[in-house]
Amino acid sequence: MSGMPLLSLAIWVPIFAGVAVLLTGADRNAPLARMLALAGAVAGLLVTLPLYTGFDLTTPQMQFVELVSWIPRFNINYHLGVDGISMLFVILNSFITVIVVLGGWKVIENKVAQYNAGFLIMSGLLNGIFVSLDAMLFYVFFEASLIPLYLIIGVWGGPNRVYAAFKFFLFTLMGSLLFLVSLIYLFVQSGGSFSILDWHQLPLAAGQQRWIFLAFLVAFAVKVPMWPVHTWLPDAHVEAPTGGSIVLAAIALKLGAYGFLRFSLPIAPDASHELAGLIITLSLIAVVYIGFVALVQDDMKKLVAYSSIAHMGFVTLGFFMFSALGIEGALVQMISHGFVSGAMFFSIGVMYDRVHSRKIADYGGVVNTMPKFAAFFMLFSMANAGLPATSGFVGEFMVIMGAVKFNFWVAAIAATTMIVGAAYTLWMYKRVVFGDVGNHHVAELTDITPREFLVLSLLAAGALGMGLYPAPFTDIMHSSVEELLRHVAASKIL
Amino acid sequence: MEMQKLYLLVPLAPLFGAMIAGLLCRVVPRWVAHTAAIAGVAIAFIASVVIFRDVMAGHTFNGTVYQWLTSGDVSFEVGFLIDPLTVTMMLVVTFVSLMVHIYTVGYMHDDPGYNRFFSYIALFTFSMLMLVMSNNFMQLFFGWEAVGLVSYLLIGFWYTRPTAIFANMKAFLVNRVGDFGFILGIGLVLAHFGSLDYATVFDKADQFANVTINIWGTSEWSLLSVTCILLFVGAMGKSAQVPLHVWLPDSMEGPTPISALIHAATMVTAGIFMVARMSPLFELTDTALSFVIIIGSITALFMGFLGIIQNDIKRVVAYSTLSQLGYMTVALGASAYSVAIFHLMTHAFFKALLFLGAGSVIIGMHHDQDIRNMGGLRKYMPITWLTSLVGSLALIGTPFFAGFYSKDSIIEAVKLSHIPGSGFAYFAVMAGVFITAFYSFRMYFLVFHGEERFGKAHDDHGHVAHDSHDAHHADDHEGDHDDEEVSADHHHGLAPGQKPHETPWVVTLPLVLLAIPSVVIGYLGIEPMLFGSYFGDAIFINGEAHPVMEELAHHFHGATAMALHAVQTPVFWLALAGVVLSWFFYLKRPDIPAKIKHAIAPIYTVLENKYYFDKFNEIFLAGGARLLGKGLWKGGDVGVIDGMIVGGAVRLVGWIATMARFFQSGHIYHYAFTMIFGVCALLSFWLLRA
Repeated sequence: MSGMPLLSLAIWVPIFAGVAVLLTGADRNAPLARMLALAGAVAGLLVTLPLYTGFDLTTPQMQFVELVSWIPRFNINYHLGVDGISMLFVILNSFITVIVVLGGWKVIENKVAQYNAGFLIMSGLLNGIFVSLDAMLFYVFFEASLIPLYLIIGVWGGPNRVYAAFKFFLFTLMGSLLFLVSLIYLFVQSGGSFSILDWHQLPLAAGQQRWIFLAFLVAFAVKVPMWPVHTWLPDAHVEAPTGGSIVLAAIALKLGAYGFLRFSLPIAPDASHELAGLIITLSLIAVVYIGFVALVQDDMKKLVAYSSIAHMGFVTLGFFMFSALGIEGALVQMISHGFVSGAMFFSIGVMYDRVHSRKIADYGGVVNTMPKFAAFFMLFSMANAGLPATSGFVGEFMVIMGAVKFNFWVAAIAATTMIVGAAYTLWMYKRVVFGDVGNHHVAELTDITPREFLVLSLLAAGALGMGLYPAPFTDIMHSSVEELLRHVAASKIL
Repeated sequence: MEMQKLYLLVPLAPLFGAMIAGLLCRVVPRWVAHTAAIAGVAIAFIASVVIFRDVMAGHTFNGTVYQWLTSGDVSFEVGFLIDPLTVTMMLVVTFVSLMVHIYTVGYMHDDPGYNRFFSYIALFTFSMLMLVMSNNFMQLFFGWEAVGLVSYLLIGFWYTRPTAIFANMKAFLVNRVGDFGFILGIGLVLAHFGSLDYATVFDKADQFANVTINIWGTSEWSLLSVTCILLFVGAMGKSAQVPLHVWLPDSMEGPTPISALIHAATMVTAGIFMVARMSPLFELTDTALSFVIIIGSITALFMGFLGIIQNDIKRVVAYSTLSQLGYMTVALGASAYSVAIFHLMTHAFFKALLFLGAGSVIIGMHHDQDIRNMGGLRKYMPITWLTSLVGSLALIGTPFFAGFYSKDSIIEAVKLSHIPGSGFAYFAVMAGVFITAFYSFRMYFLVFHGEERFGKAHDDHGHVAHDSHDAHHADDHEGDHDDEEVSADHHHGLAPGQKPHETPWVVTLPLVLLAIPSVVIGYLGIEPMLFGSYFGDAIFINGEAHPVMEELAHHFHGATAMALHAVQTPVFWLALAGVVLSWFFYLKRPDIPAKIKHAIAPIYTVLENKYYFDKFNEIFLAGGARLLGKGLWKGGDVGVIDGMIVGGAVRLVGWIATMARFFQSGHIYHYAFTMIFGVCALLSFWLLRA
């Protein structure tokens, strides 16, 4: 196995599968396109599993490294590798792709091949982001992955999709340009290298670090998204088809957070310490402010979108406390959020496919007609509210534990999510699921199909498994997080 | 090694039962579901008995089952601590749970959610056992939240009833407020002790006795005081102490078996257990103990008052539970941890008995819960009558009954305590004795004695809100395996001319089995548990600072002497006065209460509104949160961020686009002109540079 270019496979298997799906053409070949897409997604997941089994827990070094020259003139390389920070996201992404293909099986009737191809290609590109060790390669994947997402929202989205896609584009554009400028600046400063690992060792003056940090911040904050550049997310979610929302929440939101760990902290450690207060403030605003905003949403998708922003606030908070509990807690929160928010959006999709409404007021008493679904939805709602034994608890618990050590009041503000998060989730659940049958749409509901049962079971296994036994996840992270903390603790100012 | 497998069996057997009843609830018939759940809990009970004997032989255990996760230098584990305190809780939990499981077979007989109910109560037993058996704070929190989840599911068991699904959300959220403090307390423990393992933390507790932390401004606070108060906030949520008590009366929306199991005997005592478990920390901080005793006495006194005016049979018992939880909390504050646990145990038996008795009455009355519609039931339901009498006598502290020993010890301990607040606490627990006797026997007389008021048209009583048990029936499309049609007698209340009937043996057997310990457990338990070495090292008392238990031991001359001596104490006469007064008011002269009610109308209104806690929460907290959310959303997100910043950018882009469109006119001469202009500009730029 060790001889295989596993990371290249993780990128290119889904992309080639996507192209193959695309070749099936028109919708009369839809069954073939679906089968092919599922095969591609499963193959894509299978090739990432050796990353876990073959992973060396003892080293913080990059593993499964591949290095080929790409554009020699600018010293740009096809340089891949994973460490304890990035590896799990590759597997999570490939897993979510399987979920999305299964989830859209019966629902998408229009341009089936293109839809599935879009997700497969996006899966490969997203994997590319997590495994790139060359900044230009990272940038290419980072930007290219937007195109399929943009198309998925634009083609299969809701009535207001153009506004949402445009808003999404506008926000990211601003960040991307500054990001590119900083990459070029670092290329010049480092004497002609695009290697991210070289940049980690590059000494930089305090002022330089500050500007680089802020430029990165703009790029990553939009992706996370952090308050106040978050308003594109609820709109994008509302308009996106279910699959788009799942990938957006489960994977795309993690890119910004990953950027902080791969770029901001190690390249500008002094600025990171200097500006930690800013990030922590923004994170706490995200947790509290967004929590209250989520409380009053009348659209289920918007509510879950806002709750995603609040949960991501925990991630950025965890990073900038510079402790193992904080960073590992944040990483756990990222992976857990992949399962839980993915499941929440899928659950909403299950109801939307039947009733064609996302409004809470259009439901009520769903448990009467969909008891099996109600049980799953209860599990994921509780996970969203951070109940122990679900993955949602682990990250929150670790970050709060780390925060008390960091600063009691930071922890106290963050811990309000225990109340507010439970309030918005359970209030929604009560209005949608409990009660008497609300209207004839609800009365006519049919319970989940075996396919939906399978998807929900897979996600439930993830959420519960990680909640009951998170050690296999955190064990992967230890070496790399320790190394990162060591690195960030040392000043890079000459 | 053998014992360790047994430890594991205790929580896992009910979990397995819950999985069979729950995951297969649509597949398996009822008898499989209840057999699986009952078997699971019975195995847990038997194993607990074996472990109890082993612990009594001196074999305690503290070890890890598996490592949950590690991070940095901290390791979180799932593990068991088996000592006398744990094993006492295990016995109480599994025994009461077993009784409730058997009782449920009868009580839920006609319910379409039969299998689901068994799965929940078995899951509850698992969660509660994980809570009490934990050897660390993390797992404690896991059990803590898990019992909260099951409580949520069970209060909302009849999920089509608006009151039930409101009550369960309220219960969860109020508990979360407590958990907010609890998790911060746990965080402080981890931050300063570097571990969440009980043994490690307690060993180091001494070193932190004088450590202060800077929480606010420049003032220094004792670390242990802050930590213990925060931990106790968690207990206030779970054990329903004022002002976080508001969820417990509403939790009566759930089926009666769980009111007995969860909201009386076991889950609500988790907070009491937790503080007793943390005695090595609480003992080092008088501030926290003082806080505990004051909160406890407020709960004991003021919740008792509310019990007097309730007419729903379950709510009377619920308020008495609140008041008794206050007693236990007072005992904790007085450093009489063993007394608190002792009262927890006796209370678990007699309160479960009272609740199950109330449930039996409810069945007999065909789901009418209003005590004003009852009366004279002793003729029709003799077993329920006698067992309820035993429960009531135990509750009010009749000498020789279980409740007497534990409650009297609490009162004596408070009398001896010198913690700030103990003076008020003594007044509260003494007054509480009278009030408890009064409302307990008010209910007893109204239900079992006097005029038969059932079977009449009683629309004027307006028992609408809390007793529409059958509401779920018609709407429950879910249908378990053997969903039968709504039985004819399942309307609420007795039809005119109909008589109440005694309940089947599955209901009365648990009553009898619970009545036995309600009588004898106090007499048998007091000497070893309070004054012997029963608890060993499980409870720590700082004897020099808080010599309450030591002094109490001086006054103790055996269980018989204690009971005989009781008639010379004011406590006994207060209780007797309460009973006599309620007899006089509710059997002899029923016109007097109405007159009093009229005379003290303003006070009555305050009581009827439960001191306005609910109104306050609803208007200010829930309403305020929604208003804040609306404000932030419409004002912040939509107004400022999208409206001004994003909207401004969009307008800018729009303007640029308009300009760009101007150039893309489609006229060749425009393009040609632009090209020429561009060439000119570039040329001049190049020429000027050179």
